[in-house]
Amino acid sequence: MTKTINVTVNGTMHTLDVEPRLLLVHMIREVLNLTGTHIGCDTSSCGACTILMDGKSIKSCTVLAVQADGKSVATIEGLAPEGGPLHPLQEGFKENHGLHCGFCTPGMIMRCVEMLQHNNNPTEEEIRWGISGNLCRCTGYNNIVKAVIWAGAKMRGEETPSTEPEFV
Amino acid sequence: MIQCKTSKAIGGMGHSLKRKEDARFIQGKGHYVDDIKLPGMLYMDIVRSPYAYARIKSINIEEAMKVPGVVAVVTGRDLEKYNLHWMPTLMSDTQMVLPTDTVMYQSQEVAAVIATTKYAARDGREAVRVQYEPMKPVIDPFKALDPSAPVLRSDKPDKKDNHIWNWKVGDKAKTDALFETADVVVKEQMHIPRIHVASIETCGCVADYDKVNNHLTMYMTTQAPHAIRTVIALVAGHVGLTEEKVRVISPDIGGGFGGKVPVYPGYVIAIAVSFLVGKPVKWIEDRSENLQADSFARDYHITAEMAGTKDGKILGTRFKVLADHGYTDASANPSKFPTGMFSIATGSYDYDTTYMECDAVYTNKPPGGVAYRCSFRVTEAVHAIERITDRFAFEVGKDPADLRMQNFIKKEDFPWKSPTGWIYDSGDYHAGLEKAMEAVGYHQLRREQAEKRAKGELMGIGISTFTEIVGAGPSKDFDILGIKMFDSAEIRVHPTGKAIARFGTKSQGQGHETTYAQIIAEELGIPAENIAIEEGDTDTAPYGLGTYASRSTPTAGAAAAIAARKLRDKARKIAAYLLEVSEDDLEWEPGKFFVKGAPDKAKTIQEIVFAAYTNHPQGMEAGFEATHYYDPPNLTFPSGAYICVVDIDRETCEIKVRRFVAIDDCGNIINPMIVQGQVHGGLTQGIAPAMYEELIYDESGNILNGTLMDYLVPTAVESPNWETGHTITPSPHHPIGAKGVGESPTVGAPPAIANAIVDALSPLGITHLDIPITPFKVFKALKEKGVF
Repeated sequence: MTKTINVTVNGTMHTLDVEPRLLLVHMIREVLNLTGTHIGCDTSSCGACTILMDGKSIKSCTVLAVQADGKSVATIEGLAPEGGPLHPLQEGFKENHGLHCGFCTPGMIMRCVEMLQHNNNPTEEEIRWGISGNLCRCTGYNNIVKAVIWAGAKMRGEETPSTEPEFV
Repeated sequence: MIQCKTSKAIGGMGHSLKRKEDARFIQGKGHYVDDIKLPGMLYMDIVRSPYAYARIKSINIEEAMKVPGVVAVVTGRDLEKYNLHWMPTLMSDTQMVLPTDTVMYQSQEVAAVIATTKYAARDGREAVRVQYEPMKPVIDPFKALDPSAPVLRSDKPDKKDNHIWNWKVGDKAKTDALFETADVVVKEQMHIPRIHVASIETCGCVADYDKVNNHLTMYMTTQAPHAIRTVIALVAGHVGLTEEKVRVISPDIGGGFGGKVPVYPGYVIAIAVSFLVGKPVKWIEDRSENLQADSFARDYHITAEMAGTKDGKILGTRFKVLADHGYTDASANPSKFPTGMFSIATGSYDYDTTYMECDAVYTNKPPGGVAYRCSFRVTEAVHAIERITDRFAFEVGKDPADLRMQNFIKKEDFPWKSPTGWIYDSGDYHAGLEKAMEAVGYHQLRREQAEKRAKGELMGIGISTFTEIVGAGPSKDFDILGIKMFDSAEIRVHPTGKAIARFGTKSQGQGHETTYAQIIAEELGIPAENIAIEEGDTDTAPYGLGTYASRSTPTAGAAAAIAARKLRDKARKIAAYLLEVSEDDLEWEPGKFFVKGAPDKAKTIQEIVFAAYTNHPQGMEAGFEATHYYDPPNLTFPSGAYICVVDIDRETCEIKVRRFVAIDDCGNIINPMIVQGQVHGGLTQGIAPAMYEELIYDESGNILNGTLMDYLVPTAVESPNWETGHTITPSPHHPIGAKGVGESPTVGAPPAIANAIVDALSPLGITHLDIPITPFKVFKALKEKGVF
């Protein structure tokens, strides 16, 4: 038994026959082959699968594909055209060493996209709470916070802070 | 300020070059093992045991085989036909791939279901019926040694108890005599909790056996692809998978931290199934399986003792360890070191008397003992010495910073031979601690603490001044399954002066594509951006033992530098030929050779390389390539001085890390941005076991926190804003003076935090708390002291 759904992913409309139990993250990864969205747990704890659905960041491992029927989904692949220019958050993560292994990065960036849409000048504390549903095991979060502050400045059209490490 | 010898355009050592690998990761184009999809690929899921210790009475696969899409269910009996139901561990112990009659820990693999889709495999898994006869498990490692305890490893005919091995080092008689006569002796019992690496990517593989060509390509999450290839050939050579028929590819890895060194049963089952059906088989474990069955780390019970004088001079230490390895010793230590480098536990202090002993036991818990972001049990060693040093300082009434300064090995005494036989290469411990104290404002903090104590407030300051031991290792002592722990680099420079370099190591986020390029750029003057780095494919990379134990820079980084120097020697010959001067008349500056006294008579490295292909001297070998296998003469000894400040709410017992200053000395620095990033990440993996993480089992062997809902990996909220800095004491024996840094913060942070919390509670007479120190643990301790 399958159900037909219409879902727009990164601006392209797809009509798909899916099992009702198919998780949205598996639709994205296995059906549409958009493997930039990752799976890091089975309890909606890690946030590696975070995407935007109708502009809101959600954990796509906790949503069924059928729930995305008629909705618009954005994944990391749709954030910037291939070859650039990059989204300020993508640039911010690179410039500020906001990633190591890169596995949490797409989910982390998609979460921050929504966060900066609401408030493009967040405090450090707001950022830390804002990404508290996304786990990173590598960076210790310092540089992710820096990356988001940097991206916010860029989005506001202001001078971006120095990206030199304070490692003296 | 870090001095750079090369221009920013060349981007050699010391430049904070942005990472070359980031472009794909930030655009969703990383290539991890679960992203691989091959034609005809099958999916594997694993049935796991709900019991910690049970006999398998029957496995009924009938219903599972009826599930649409299920093509096979594999049990231990099936693997037994090919003698593939057992495998060796890296410590030469043995481990079931799938059981034939007994399960030994909860979540152990019992059967594998193979299906055409991921969902069908999971449906099949749910439909497999296993009947068990539960037995009373042995969970407590101390009780495992009780003569009345059941002998768990009944598969070993000669085994009469649960004791695995005994290891000892040092002078027992001298140490015992010292402890009998010393003025001051302190002692604490400590547990370094069983924890998990919990990399955000779990483990998995795609085993792709090609029946026509009798060839296996194994895509897998491994930190050591070459070692895995050799292990596969050793285990499966008898069925035709000899080493030239096996290619291991380690794609992008989503964090490793030591958890992706061992061989897990899932890998072996996937290979076996692919071999039998001739189709690719994908196995990706989920998070619960990862936390519940993959190798744990730590789980050392340590009795630590220190002897000294009343005025604070450390005279000796004594450590007795009980190591709980679970069902089998599945550590990933060098063969001759069952306790890894635990003998670094004498620490950063100048004394000559120590004795250490460790006994390892089997229990009904998952197997392991991996070196989680730690050069083989250094974390346990550093926690023991740094905690007991604080305990000693408290006993003699000295400030822990003063006591450390009093006892540090002096800068001029390096190389220094430790009482357990290590030769510390270099260090300046006084400078590190001074810098950390200044950065944190130590004396001001102590004054503030005195004022707060007078008001009954709980504020603590904790110090950890650790010495690491990394870069395994010299071939005379270090091997894994007999293979010496060298590592390798191969550099090929193309005619246009751009290069590719390949390595036997494998980055899992450390940034090798950038830092290795910087090392070669430093030596050859070719811009780092023009040097491609490749790792993780055993068909193309030179043999190496992989990335763990902070060994990549000490071993493969050294190999890169030496291979590049071989090329520079060749470049000198070619330059002399092109400039028609003798080699001795040439001088090198990054990127070119020039004639002494005539700097405009020069040949750039690009011109020289071009000539190596187009106009090389007759009689000289054409081309511009070099390979080096580096066998380190010694280990490297990074160090650090960490200071942590905590405030504890006396009512709620909440612990707040107010400040954390980390000063690291990893020798010469390749990329300050990456070193700092490594320190940030390691510190968060240090606060994790200090305050949050522990795998907890009940007396029946049930794991109580086997998911990320209840195994508390720190979020950005729990992680403090880390304050970092460095001192530089180059390694005298390493070609670029570097020491390795990835693990120092994980090793150094837990005792700094524990010492800070105990310091806060010390006015109430509390001298020790086991990590993780949670608010509840503080509450219980305060209650015992009558506060509540």
